[in-house]
Amino acid sequence: MPFKVTINGELTDVSHIDPDTPLLWALRDHMGLVGTKYGCGIAQCGACTVWLNGDPARACQLPLGQLEGRSITTVEGLAGDALHPVQQAWVEHDVAQCGYCQAGQIMSAAALLARDPAPSEEAIDRAMAGNICRCGTYVRIRKAIQSASSAIQSGVAFFDPGEPDLAASPVDSMEVRS
Amino acid sequence: MSAKEMKARFHRRQFLQFSGLGLALTAGGQVMQVVAADHSDTSTLSAYITVGRDGLITIGAPNPEVGQGVNTSLPMIIAEELDAAWRDVQVVNTPVDAAHYGAQFAGGSLSVPMRWDELRQVGATARAMLLQAASAEMGVPPAELSTLDSRVIHEASGRSLSYSELAHGASEVPLPDADSVALKSAEQYRLLGKRITNASAAAIAQGESLFGIDVQVPNMVYASYVKCPHIGGRPVSANLDEIKAQRGVIDAFILEGEPGPYQFDIRNSIKVSPGVAIVARDTWTAMRARKLLKVRWNTEPASGDDSEQIAAAAKAAVGRLEQATMISSAGDANQALLDAKTHSRAFYSADFVSHAQLEPQSCVAQVTAQSAEVWTSSQTPSAVDQLLPGLLSLPAEAVTIHSVRGGGGFGRRLSNEYVYEAALISQRVGLPVKVQWSREDDMAFDYFRSALYLDMEGGVSDEGRLAAWKLHVIAGSSDKEEANYGGTYRERDFPEKRVPNYNIATTLIPSQTPTGAWRAPFSNIYAFAEQSFLCELAAAAGRDYRDFLLDLLGEDEWFKDGDRNALNTARAKGVINAACAAAQWGRSLPEGRGLGLAFFFSHAGHVAEVAEVSVDADKRLIVHDVWVAADVGQVINLSGVENQIEGSVVDGLSAMADQRITIREGRIQETNFDTYPLLRMPKAPKIHVQMLASGYSPTGAGEPALPPLAPAVGNAVFAACGERIRELPISKAGFMV
Repeated sequence: MPFKVTINGELTDVSHIDPDTPLLWALRDHMGLVGTKYGCGIAQCGACTVWLNGDPARACQLPLGQLEGRSITTVEGLAGDALHPVQQAWVEHDVAQCGYCQAGQIMSAAALLARDPAPSEEAIDRAMAGNICRCGTYVRIRKAIQSASSAIQSGVAFFDPGEPDLAASPVDSMEVRS
Repeated sequence: MSAKEMKARFHRRQFLQFSGLGLALTAGGQVMQVVAADHSDTSTLSAYITVGRDGLITIGAPNPEVGQGVNTSLPMIIAEELDAAWRDVQVVNTPVDAAHYGAQFAGGSLSVPMRWDELRQVGATARAMLLQAASAEMGVPPAELSTLDSRVIHEASGRSLSYSELAHGASEVPLPDADSVALKSAEQYRLLGKRITNASAAAIAQGESLFGIDVQVPNMVYASYVKCPHIGGRPVSANLDEIKAQRGVIDAFILEGEPGPYQFDIRNSIKVSPGVAIVARDTWTAMRARKLLKVRWNTEPASGDDSEQIAAAAKAAVGRLEQATMISSAGDANQALLDAKTHSRAFYSADFVSHAQLEPQSCVAQVTAQSAEVWTSSQTPSAVDQLLPGLLSLPAEAVTIHSVRGGGGFGRRLSNEYVYEAALISQRVGLPVKVQWSREDDMAFDYFRSALYLDMEGGVSDEGRLAAWKLHVIAGSSDKEEANYGGTYRERDFPEKRVPNYNIATTLIPSQTPTGAWRAPFSNIYAFAEQSFLCELAAAAGRDYRDFLLDLLGEDEWFKDGDRNALNTARAKGVINAACAAAQWGRSLPEGRGLGLAFFFSHAGHVAEVAEVSVDADKRLIVHDVWVAADVGQVINLSGVENQIEGSVVDGLSAMADQRITIREGRIQETNFDTYPLLRMPKAPKIHVQMLASGYSPTGAGEPALPPLAPAVGNAVFAACGERIRELPISKAGFMV
């Protein structure tokens, strides 16, 4: 019997993977989806945050065998035709240092804004408290979430991946940053 | 002194400093190399620069990127002198290749200062070659040409040519003489000093494969490597047959390695601790099999450290100066203490801490009988390049090292034992292997920040000035000869140079636990003790700490003649005044709330920080705001430097709050983030960063903003509630962040 899980919108046959394998390692070692990161393995750091049926969850705590018929979204599935406003805000605010925790941070932040598009400062801190950043980028994460919140509320799709300058280069002038 | 001599001197000095850290590699890459004259669609202008016909300018980043931003800042230096439009630039990692790129490492906040002259020269030389090519193409002298945004412009005729049009011709121009190439002056900078987004920002935000842990190669298998929990022990036997019978397990075996705890030695060490390797079809299978592993360990060679006993030995050494080694002295400190108007003495201490970089160690190695290839997030790939051939008995040219982004470094990735583990396991199984440490492995087998104990005594004169200074540094040593890494007091000049009577002594106490470079080694603890204790002295004398500190710094001067990496008192006072002005130092605050100031000079950077803290009756403290003023010379990437400083503040608070490694019978007790807490977002203060433009050459920014944070917070706690914190973490004194 094929065993299937929906990963980033695609029904994926995972029969070949041991069902007790945590989703984290199934994604990383078997599906080439390495954006979801291993940090602690005990749901303390948030580096492996994905969405399970739209809610943030720790992929290190989700045995694959319990996910039949469920829908998983990873950081690789967050962007549509354009970057998700949270991803775009992360670039605009130049949040990352090493960047290792940021996929998990972004998944937590995007989940927060999906249920509360205009969170208070306290609500942001509360929602993000499960994600550790050893480099200490918290002040930028706060700003990025606030600016993604504004963008979402004003309905602005402010990233066009077809733009030649940006498509040609992974870098972008920060002159726009206030 | 000519510019060339200055450069040689600078490199030599920096290397001497870094040699102290244990790495001695040849300095200075070849500045400029014309590699290939004719590619079908690109032209290579140097080992660093390739220009495509599509206009894309590819610039190589030579040093390991572990979050300190050098994949952006180093290419920016080239782009500035090249006059490349940053939007045209694509950054790639260069190969690990000493012949072209010199010593490639990330440590000591040295990447930018060590590459500064070289990379400016690289960019300016390539620009000169493009000008030469344009001159030939347009038939006008080079002096009539200028450059802007990836183009050469002939203003008189209004003609211009893009770098992509000129690159092929430029790659055939003879390499100009280094002295004929002019470098820009700071007023001419268009890119340096601006906020530029990290070159990998978009890739990070999309979860692309970037990190060492993300590397996958065909036919790769996965390994867990299990070492003795009592550091340095060795396996005698294990239930290997049972492990090998597990579904998905490919092999399990003992690696003999070298027993015994050993200290940080990246220059020479290819030692691998003995252990049991479990090789499996995926990471989880290896980790699952590991839970069934039963090993009989021989702990005879292991460390027997007990952190409580180490602390007790340190306390017992206090005051026993007859058994201490004198490091330096002047005048008569004892007499001056007797003569002083006020006199204070205090004992400061700090526990071991772990690096806890968020990406646990991993490495992919592919070793065959003829060759080896490794992918590593090491901070010292050049050391791997030098040492791995010997470990595997392969010729140097058969070994290839790929430097891959690391998920945090902080000094942890200066050592390379995980690389050597992966190489030996791959050699044994004949397949490419990814060795994956668990978080528990990473915490147990760290090169920790050393514990450190400081007995301090000082006296202030009738005029309110520091008149006597005594420092007794007590640190662990595995060989009774020198302190383990991070415990050695090195000549600092401040405050000694400003105190007529001082003496500094050290005592070594036995400790086997491996220690290493943890962000701003030694300074990370010493600054807490020095800046807290100076504040104590000021308070005892009834003086404001800012005034006391400014007086102590005294007249404007360099502390070492001719050394532009030394402390400069004008720069020091500059950052103190700027931080205090921003924080409105001296304003009155409600009860239970206070401001604390600290200044520290390390890694050639001058940094002052003011923290605003409130403390309640249960010793719960909130750090509301931290104002930072820093002078690290010419800023390369303003956004990157600000990010490093913001991160240093958070990291400093995280470490001082409640991080400690405890050791029993040579075994680390903390295992993961549930017992070793990192600061979380709700506790992060607001951080206000000012960079002072001092006009000096750039120095590094990854470390110098960390040391002042703990004393700034400690001094603010004193201002808020009158209690002086003298131990790290502060949770030991009952304080909770």
